[in-house]
Amino acid sequence: MTLTDLTLAEARDGLTKGSFSAVELAKAHLAAIEAARGLNAFITPTAELAIARAKAADERLAKKTARPMEGIPVAVKDLFCTEGVLTTAGSHILDGFKPTYESTVTRKLIEAGTVMVGKTNLDEFAMGSSNITSHYGPVKNPWAPPGDKDLVPGGSSGGSAAAVAARLCLGATGTDTGGSIRQPAAFCGIVGLKPTYGRCSRWGIVAFASSLDQAGPMTRTVGDSAIMLNAMAGHDPKDSTSAPVPVPDFEAAVERGVKGLRVGIPREYTMDGMPAEIADLWRQGAAWLKEAGATTVEVSLPHTSYALPTYYIIAPAEASSNLARYDGVRYGLRVPGETLDEMYENTRGEGFGKEVRRRVLIGTYVLSAGYYDAYYLKAQRVRTLIARDFSQAFEKIDALLTPTAPNAAFAIGEKMDDPVAMYLNDVFTVPVNLAGLPGISVPAGLSARGLPLGLQVIGRAFDEETVFATARVIEKAAKFDTRPPCLKK
Amino acid sequence: MALDRATVKKIALLARIKVPESELDSLAGELSSILTWVEQLNKIDTGNVQPMAGGGHLALPKRADAVTDGGAPEKVLANAPERVETYYAVPKVVE
Repeated sequence: MTLTDLTLAEARDGLTKGSFSAVELAKAHLAAIEAARGLNAFITPTAELAIARAKAADERLAKKTARPMEGIPVAVKDLFCTEGVLTTAGSHILDGFKPTYESTVTRKLIEAGTVMVGKTNLDEFAMGSSNITSHYGPVKNPWAPPGDKDLVPGGSSGGSAAAVAARLCLGATGTDTGGSIRQPAAFCGIVGLKPTYGRCSRWGIVAFASSLDQAGPMTRTVGDSAIMLNAMAGHDPKDSTSAPVPVPDFEAAVERGVKGLRVGIPREYTMDGMPAEIADLWRQGAAWLKEAGATTVEVSLPHTSYALPTYYIIAPAEASSNLARYDGVRYGLRVPGETLDEMYENTRGEGFGKEVRRRVLIGTYVLSAGYYDAYYLKAQRVRTLIARDFSQAFEKIDALLTPTAPNAAFAIGEKMDDPVAMYLNDVFTVPVNLAGLPGISVPAGLSARGLPLGLQVIGRAFDEETVFATARVIEKAAKFDTRPPCLKK
Repeated sequence: MALDRATVKKIALLARIKVPESELDSLAGELSSILTWVEQLNKIDTGNVQPMAGGGHLALPKRADAVTDGGAPEKVLANAPERVETYYAVPKVVE
């Protein structure tokens, strides 16, 4: 067993017992990052910073003043502002941007004792399901069968997912606006949690769609996810939408089991053309939960099919507003122009990639005079109906079980010509963001080609505990081996 | 809704994004296909439904309207592409 094969929980115990030092643990992961450069999972590795923080962690461990994640190597999606460390959002327009402040979530992770090993690659401004839209090039999925085409890791948190799967860190932060933690977690065979909207502070995270964005942990086990969420969550006065509610001990809920739980199977998630292997895995997941003492109930979420078009009005609308700040004046790229307006247009024309440009233009259009009611207000009304579907279902059930994505990882370059085909990747994850609920993807099996497939568990608002307990039962039953083929002997 | 070149140009101007002439047609096609696709929402009757703004489950809190931060011009200006003393510098706006 090498140090990079440990789970986060095992590493924490090993550090506490003194079986190895935080510096040794950091060095093992930094070496793995160097060896896996070809995956392009990191935009900025932070080796020096990691060693310095690991040394400080060793001092605390020696003094028995260790904090909950003391010495644990984590990676940070390059959407979180990190003080003095380049923060790009995967975009050309943030060239050279070194924040003078630390996002709340990464500050909390520092205060929990973690050691940041680097900033991970992502779709530009977190807009994408493939990691192909990054200005820093695509990330490769470590699960691609040897000798086969390069596969996407999913997105937008694709660098984080690939880094966790390839054992370059013990956990990573992601953000999820429409599936950006859960879909790459499913594609890379890891666990990804989108907490309840408001559970983690959004302060200092580069904003995409403010009413949907939420940070969450990406790890190799459900237990590790709970440990990491405990460090990330909590009320923050700097984010008015962060919830002033107590943070329970999530780790304590993981082994709670599902005896007596009612798990809903939403009828509308059976899609035409769903691959049989995904439908089979879904049925298998329900069977595992029944064997562990849960009952499964068929439920209806009637507005499911409207979630994606609703999302693709609301998210671009909010993005067009949020991204107005990139004007070449205060930070990042500036492309000169004769006038101030020309400078704005040149900077934004050159600084934004095609998918970001597409979404900003759609958002601008649906918010423009004469179209606001027909598109934006209409979408907000449908969003109410989608959220109501869930709250009515949760009167009868405690959790929902669905597939995470309608397909496994696809080849880099596929689905690029048709934006709507790419958007369909998030069909099962987007409704959860619209309703603001917690959802987790847990690896549950392999496709016929040997690629990971995930199941999604959705819970009531602020009931991540039931989500963890349910996901843990699936994890135990699935016995999924999280090592990608490239790491197997 | 099918968008034409002129509309795309107008939206791009509103969004302050320079779009090369050569890309206007393909962009019009892409944006039109997205807009046509989202128009399926018109099938739902939302007459009495309140719009959902924000993603939270709790009412937004109020706070005192007081200055809580500031006095750090060097931090604020640290990433400025161009500055003069403690100001951002931009192309001339007033003749």
